[in-house]
Amino acid sequence: MFPLTKESKCVARLLLNTGTCPRCIFRFCGVDFHAPYKLPYKELLSELQKFLETEKDELILEVMNPPPKKIRLQELEDSVDNLSQNGAGRISVSQDGSIASKNSNLNVCNICLGILQEFCEKDFVKKVCQKVEASGFEFTSLVFSVSFPAQLSVREHAAWLLVKQEMGKQSLSLGRDDIVQLKEAYKWITHPLFSEELGVPIDGKSLFEVSVVFAHPETVEDCHFLAAKCPDCFKPAKNKQSVFTRMAVMKALNKIKEEDFLKQFPCPPNSPKATCTVLEIECAHGAVFVAGRYNKYSRNLPQTPWIIDGERKLESSVEELISDHLLTVFKAESFNFSSSGREDVDVRTLGNGRPFAIELVNPHRVHFTSQEIKELQQKINNSSNKIQVRDLQLVTREAIGHMKEGEEEKTKTYSALIWTNKVIQKKDIEFLNDIKDLKIDQKTPLRVLHRRPLAVRARVIHSMESHYVDEHHFRLRLKTQAGTYIKEFVHGDFGRTKPNIGSLMNVTADILELDVESVDVDWPPALED
Amino acid sequence: MATDSEAAEPAVPSLVDRYFTRWYKADVKGKSCEDHCILQHSNRICVITLAESHPVLQSGKTIKSISYQISTNCSRLQNKVSGKFKRGAQFLTELAPLCKIYCSDGEEYTVSSCVRGRLMEVNENILHKPSILQEKPSTEGYIAVVLPKFEESKSITEGLLTQKQYEEVMVKRINATTATS
Repeated sequence: MFPLTKESKCVARLLLNTGTCPRCIFRFCGVDFHAPYKLPYKELLSELQKFLETEKDELILEVMNPPPKKIRLQELEDSVDNLSQNGAGRISVSQDGSIASKNSNLNVCNICLGILQEFCEKDFVKKVCQKVEASGFEFTSLVFSVSFPAQLSVREHAAWLLVKQEMGKQSLSLGRDDIVQLKEAYKWITHPLFSEELGVPIDGKSLFEVSVVFAHPETVEDCHFLAAKCPDCFKPAKNKQSVFTRMAVMKALNKIKEEDFLKQFPCPPNSPKATCTVLEIECAHGAVFVAGRYNKYSRNLPQTPWIIDGERKLESSVEELISDHLLTVFKAESFNFSSSGREDVDVRTLGNGRPFAIELVNPHRVHFTSQEIKELQQKINNSSNKIQVRDLQLVTREAIGHMKEGEEEKTKTYSALIWTNKVIQKKDIEFLNDIKDLKIDQKTPLRVLHRRPLAVRARVIHSMESHYVDEHHFRLRLKTQAGTYIKEFVHGDFGRTKPNIGSLMNVTADILELDVESVDVDWPPALED
Repeated sequence: MATDSEAAEPAVPSLVDRYFTRWYKADVKGKSCEDHCILQHSNRICVITLAESHPVLQSGKTIKSISYQISTNCSRLQNKVSGKFKRGAQFLTELAPLCKIYCSDGEEYTVSSCVRGRLMEVNENILHKPSILQEKPSTEGYIAVVLPKFEESKSITEGLLTQKQYEEVMVKRINATTATS
């Protein structure tokens, strides 16, 4: 059943005669259910023409001859001008005298510029899907995002004013909300087509996004008059090429007075010569997160690549040894590595290891069984003896918060090998075991002062345990507050960490070796092997 | 300390040995033997200290007091530095005075920066206990910390002596003294 009622005839005729496509006509006549839009274009056009023909007044027209006087002259001339401007087809007279352009189905709609004509039909969707399939992404749902040229809003606005005026003649009103939005109608038609072609549902929450961007270079300047009328709506933004964004244009259209608009922009909008072009068809997958804990067994490995002036100072890094494998398997574009604190190049991380999380950007492969993840962990562990990984698992973005929380709040335990200039006996280090919750003040260590603000940090050494080695050496296990500089607590950093082991023992002390024994964060959840 | 100038390296390289390069300036501001030692960290930060040949560090000298008030309007203690880029720091040239050391024998010594850069901090520990300066001149008894400009980090050492050059200067000085005595 044809969705338009008798009341809409005048509006429909007006729009068709001024170069508007059937689907846009439906939109302006408030057709708000999906089925009519999904019908094939040709069918819609012929049904529409049939619908409009059942008027009693007949129109007889011959292009080159002056029109008979009984025809409403102005309307006819306008529509003739419009149709001939399209450049396609001639005016022809059909048997019952209605005006129809011979090749009217080739005319580009003056409102949607072709979006609701060829660009929502199966052939176009197939073309997009071919690109999606060629891109090699693994997905079980998708979100489809489409971007239209900003000038469409201007044409929409003009059409609304036109229709509003026409309906006003019948004492009917037309609010902006009575019109079906272009994007909405577009999605009604295309979503099922995408779903069918790719075999997955459309889901607004999907991480996999297919985006299509349309442009219409011919009418780019349609918006420019708005900048003159409402200059404060158009502020140049650094990242955007054009100041005429959809948002800015919409804002200006809401502001501008009807009379001013009509002075500057043709109403009805004129028909374009060409249809829209597709600027880009892109696919991207939202980031996925992999977490785990790492042990570091090398005293010659930085956490992140150490490169100065383009020259790599030390081979490899913790980050690369773990992430490179993940990058490959997830077929991701890039990664971001973060961890719950970090250790120096020459410090080992023992015990349960340090929590880390890796964000894999635009991964092409995202589904892994826990068995596959276990195998991936094994692969990483087999590839290097400098690091080992455990509890490798997929996590959500929200979970990363737990890790950073650990950095500020949780305790860490360390083991240090300490040298003293003076000779020591076992009894000289026993007192350290009894010191609990020792408060220390640490000025920013000289070794990081070039890149950190100068400040004094109050920290707590919760407990210590000393083990005698020989006259000049002992091992010290310490449990400290997060953010404590252990090396500086041992050697005193020119007296800028007070108290320090040297001052407590009244010797000159230095640190020879440091190991992280545990990072007391209970995330990510431990996995059974 | 090793008595033999050619002694084997100490068993354990000290903190200073591991992270810093020693640079020297002899007879600073033309004053005989007022030698300074600048410890330059691999990250370009400089710690200003007295060289072991400085009069203040010779036996028999007692420090009465140390003052960071180098002029009526300027006290190095008022130096305030904020943020990662160390804004607000007093800017020092090579000859800028850092502090004055007053000794019990009436002698007065001025310690100079010897390098251009922003003053990070002066050592307040030696204010309260001046003897630290004499006991541990290369570590706890440091005078000040200076951050040179990034572009100048290499060039600041151009006017300074390396360890070897300093030792040669010391030898010449001793020979000169021996010759005249």
